[in-house]
Amino acid sequence: MDYSQFLAMKQEIGLLIVFLLVFLYDTFMPKKALNATAGFTCVVFAIYTLVSFCCLSACETVSAFSGMYTTGPVMSTIKNILNVGVLIVLIQATQWANSEFQIMRRGEFYELLLLTLFGMYLMISARHFLLFVIGLESASLPLAAMVAFDKQHYESHEAAIKYILTAVFSSAVFMMGLSFVYGLTGSLYFTDIYAGIGAEHSVMLIMALAFVISGIGFKLSLVPFHLWTADVYQGAPTSVTSYLSVISKGAAAFAFLVILVQAFGLAYSQVWEWMLYALIILTITVGNLFAIRQRNMKRFLAFSSVSQAGYIMLGVIAFNTTGLASMMYYILVYIFSNLAAFGVIGAIENATGKVNMDDYNGLYKTNPKLSFAMMLAMFSLAGIPPFAGFFSKFFIFTGAIQQGSTAIYVLVLIALINTIISLYYYLLVVKAMFINTENECVIPTFRSSCSERLGLWITVAGILLLGIVSFFYNSILSMTSSGGIMIDL
Amino acid sequence: MELTMLYYLIPSLFMFCCGVYGFVTRKNMIAILISLELMLNAVDINFVVFNRYLFPGNMEGMFFTLFAIAIAAAETALAIAIIINIFRVASDIDVREINKMKF
Repeated sequence: MDYSQFLAMKQEIGLLIVFLLVFLYDTFMPKKALNATAGFTCVVFAIYTLVSFCCLSACETVSAFSGMYTTGPVMSTIKNILNVGVLIVLIQATQWANSEFQIMRRGEFYELLLLTLFGMYLMISARHFLLFVIGLESASLPLAAMVAFDKQHYESHEAAIKYILTAVFSSAVFMMGLSFVYGLTGSLYFTDIYAGIGAEHSVMLIMALAFVISGIGFKLSLVPFHLWTADVYQGAPTSVTSYLSVISKGAAAFAFLVILVQAFGLAYSQVWEWMLYALIILTITVGNLFAIRQRNMKRFLAFSSVSQAGYIMLGVIAFNTTGLASMMYYILVYIFSNLAAFGVIGAIENATGKVNMDDYNGLYKTNPKLSFAMMLAMFSLAGIPPFAGFFSKFFIFTGAIQQGSTAIYVLVLIALINTIISLYYYLLVVKAMFINTENECVIPTFRSSCSERLGLWITVAGILLLGIVSFFYNSILSMTSSGGIMIDL
Repeated sequence: MELTMLYYLIPSLFMFCCGVYGFVTRKNMIAILISLELMLNAVDINFVVFNRYLFPGNMEGMFFTLFAIAIAAAETALAIAIIINIFRVASDIDVREINKMKF
């Protein structure tokens, strides 16, 4: 075996180096230096993010391990997008990780987080289902440990057991689907499956695809499979929730697209277009309707993220390079908007322990800057014009419409109507902060910690700039369309 | 009597359905975990049988099964760790008691 193949995995190696540095620092440094673990991780990861971003232009399409692993400009870009998100999560988590209860275990938190990111890298780059399953599991198992991290809170354990049981269930369903695919085509390589499916679609293929789509649907919390989402998001520590809702969802969405296009591309119009069609309508609508009645901010954002996952799936059903580009752009914008919201929630939770929407009444009077950041996040998530969220929704609708069939027009119309519904509940939060003043115990004025403010500044800058500066979308679009047909990715 | 593929596939499908049924109806968390194991083992049988009967030339299904067994072990270990944590807090592992967070 040619061991130099490992050198093709540049970003994975970089991430492993970061992980080893953090691990060695956490294990061997004297106790006093451990107070800097969080800062050390942030700095090392920031350096890695920068280096990997600078190497982006030099990236070429290479594959290793006889085609099991592939990386190229598109894969590197999505990994860089995830890196930016993880960096913000790391910065925002600093305050929580240094709190009294977490001090003993904060090193483990960072190590687990980096390992899940490694699993997501593998999911994105895998071109063979064995590697994909390994990536999927190493992305979701450490996450369960992270969800259970707040050992002094009962909710955290409850969320963790719900998460691990549904995660195992979904991966069992997913692997059952894979076994059908294997029986059908005799291979687990995406390219061989693509060739083996051929033009006719047997019942077995439809069953296999239903299993595969529902398995990944669990990870993405698409609607019939979303029941774990709200409980897990509420019970997990806020930093883990933010990680779960943006990074893990973004990686799973991209991997989903790669699987559907590269392995099952030929079955698009007859099989999985209609499955996704139903899933998207259900996801967007049910997510929106349930979000309206939530009073806990984390549950509220959980249902909002369910419906956002539906919008992300519009980029998959588009089945063209514009859809791919707009999906990546949507993930980027979603990372910034959602992390801004979670940054504010985390800051308030760390300072006062309050997470209910009613507690936010009159927040503008006491903490104008925090409520302003929250307002920007809500506007961006709802898609109000000058902010990034509007452009991401605009592009993803454009990508879907380019597919051209009447059914997709109807789908986009339904998504548009749902955008209006979503405006209602996003503005409920804004109303609570700015208009409702009747509140006996208003959250007092407090100054959030340095790291939290840094995280919020980055996300607010992202919300303001990503939409207006056309460079971001244009560069993603030109890169995806220069690759030619989707199947080469 | 010759053993065809069906003699293996039907029991494996039956195991999978039993697993799903147990996952939905069982009240004890350990029993739920056992149901999950049933599902995962059904997948393993499927892979091995397809490999043995349809594609005896390559070993892909066998290798997948080996990895799937390892992954299942990791999942069970983690789930049991979390169940032990819950037992310490709540002194019970009945899923009906795990209902502090609901709609």
